Amino acid sequence: MKRVARVAFGGAIHFATEHARGVQLADGRVLAETQVVWLPPIEAGTIIALGINYADHAKELAKELTVGAQDEPLAFLKAPNTLIGHRGFTRRPRDASFMHYECELAVVIGRAAKNVKRADALSFVAGYTVANDYAVRDYLENWYRPNLRVKNRDGCTALGPWLVAAADVPDPHALALRTFVNGTLTQQGNTRDLINDVPALIEYLSSFMTLSPGDVILTGTPEGVVNVNPGDEVVCEIDGIGRLVNTLVGDEAFGR
Amino acid sequence: MQSSLNRGTVYGTLLNHRDALAALGAAASEPPYKVPPKAPVLYIKPRNTWLAAGEAIVVPAGVIELEMGATLGLVIGRTACRVSEAQALSFVVGYVIVNDVSVPHASYYRPSLRFKARDTFCPIGPFVPRDAVGSPDALAISVAIDGETVHRCSTVGLIRPVARLLAEVSEFMTLVPGDVLSVGVAAGAPRARAGQRVSVGIDGLGVLSNPLVNEAVGT
Repeated sequence: MKRVARVAFGGAIHFATEHARGVQLADGRVLAETQVVWLPPIEAGTIIALGINYADHAKELAKELTVGAQDEPLAFLKAPNTLIGHRGFTRRPRDASFMHYECELAVVIGRAAKNVKRADALSFVAGYTVANDYAVRDYLENWYRPNLRVKNRDGCTALGPWLVAAADVPDPHALALRTFVNGTLTQQGNTRDLINDVPALIEYLSSFMTLSPGDVILTGTPEGVVNVNPGDEVVCEIDGIGRLVNTLVGDEAFGR
Repeated sequence: MQSSLNRGTVYGTLLNHRDALAALGAAASEPPYKVPPKAPVLYIKPRNTWLAAGEAIVVPAGVIELEMGATLGLVIGRTACRVSEAQALSFVVGYVIVNDVSVPHASYYRPSLRFKARDTFCPIGPFVPRDAVGSPDALAISVAIDGETVHRCSTVGLIRPVARLLAEVSEFMTLVPGDVLSVGVAAGAPRARAGQRVSVGIDGLGVLSNPLVNEAVGT
């Protein structure tokens, strides 16, 4: 199993792989997980995220949606300002009353994809990682949903720890997802319940936009999102892909 | 002239012209919107949409006309996080002309990426350093199709003038050198079709001109 991370250590950025005692840098050094600073495992290009791509989550949000059934995937875009790595810190604004995590399977594109057919789609995937794509629902407005103030905030999309090569994920549609808040299980799902699965998303997106290496598709989150507060530790894990840790911090940490 | 910066993220702003919001009339307060926008309405034009001057805008199969969204782009020169309105312009290194192309669509609720994020849908024009341009809040914009001016608007009287827009946006997302933030498209954006050439002119910035072609069959 080849899982590769990008970490900062000793004043430089390194590729690192799993080791029984933590991580091993490409230069041979073995370090504990907490000795390195984890960066997002890829330098992302275009970041595409899916809204309401699990049927149970659609039901969960039904009361606030003012438009119902959709005939195509609900895709929106995010920018690199949102990304942080494993063991990072995410700001929870003081005035927010409902800020929640979203555990998602992230698909990283490996080669240019345009007008790709479903049957070929998985061959364009470089690998997978875990995303925790926070939303601050207080800021939701019905203009260009989900608006960037909800979904494109600095440091509100944790990614990592590893990029897992596609070859090591024989079936991306049989992966259990779980989120724990301070050790309590709050969210559970399985990628078998994706409304639009990975090949469908690649076929759909590549029908009008060329996907390039490093582009990332966040495939959506299942039911079970709850409010989180400063000090909470949120762990999103996907079987075989990784366990992504994030901690909420308050405005004070940012001098606000 | 080119900026020496690598282009970062290209953000667009919607409904920042009073006439564009007014054109919605009472609908802005009805479902699905319910209330008019409070914060800036923003979106992203991803890298597959970027197009240089002279390159062809591709009209997708099954679409007759595309909307030409002429607007001013602010090019960020230094990291802008929580900037004040008074300081905002000092974070702008220059300006570009942006033609924010869309497949015409009626709803701003949750428009499909198919309408705004298609390949070739964001021609970006000549870069002009900030100090070579006067106030960014007083620039005339014109759109010509095949040489005939069909639309005139300006950056005068924006709901959020340039400095205020930058201040409000940087409150929750940090802009970095090379990022572009366009200030919004006026009401009545003209449409163009394959075989035509669209030219967007902005005072002091020059002209951004692109032909439109049909999508090749079978690609």
